[in-house]
Amino acid sequence: MADVEEGPSGSVSEPLDLVRLLLDEVVFVKLRGDRELKGRLYAYDSHMNLVLGDVVETIYVVDEEDEEEEDIKASPDIAFLLSHMLTFRIDYHQKI
Amino acid sequence: MLFFSFFKTLIDHEVTVELKNDIQIRGTLKSVDQYLNIKLDDIHVVEEIKYPHLSSVKNVFIRGSVVRYVHLPAAAVDVPLLEDATRREAANQAGKGK
Repeated sequence: MADVEEGPSGSVSEPLDLVRLLLDEVVFVKLRGDRELKGRLYAYDSHMNLVLGDVVETIYVVDEEDEEEEDIKASPDIAFLLSHMLTFRIDYHQKI
Repeated sequence: MLFFSFFKTLIDHEVTVELKNDIQIRGTLKSVDQYLNIKLDDIHVVEEIKYPHLSSVKNVFIRGSVVRYVHLPAAAVDVPLLEDATRREAANQAGKGK
């Protein structure tokens, strides 16, 4: 456990502490409504509101022939993202 | 409080609010409150042909809970400051929990 960071802003004792370690990293976020985001994490809060930069949003839609399709929408600016997500996944390996 | 404060710094900037019903409204951010309800001035709907309902509306109040994204101008965001504020907020939250 020598890799555990210590100090007032370095300890990992609750799930959101893992998110804190990802600040300024590229993260992959899975949202409700078959949406996914990949972007750099600039801010989050206890509701898991997020600010992401250089975001790419992927929306999965089912087309008429019943096939899963990808609809990629590159966001030109910074997207602020309001809560209501189901899960999120860490995309970059960090010392935890 | 972090996002409330953050949005207050963006007042008078042009933002695009994407609602959970997929409508995107672009306008000047005039006001925000603790629930992240938003007031926009001089609005236009991004896909006006598809969503003509709001073509004659100039100002809107948007309930925070119906917002999916707010697209921000990258130039208006001080990224290092925002990251530091996030770390401070995280430290505060941890302090409250104990």
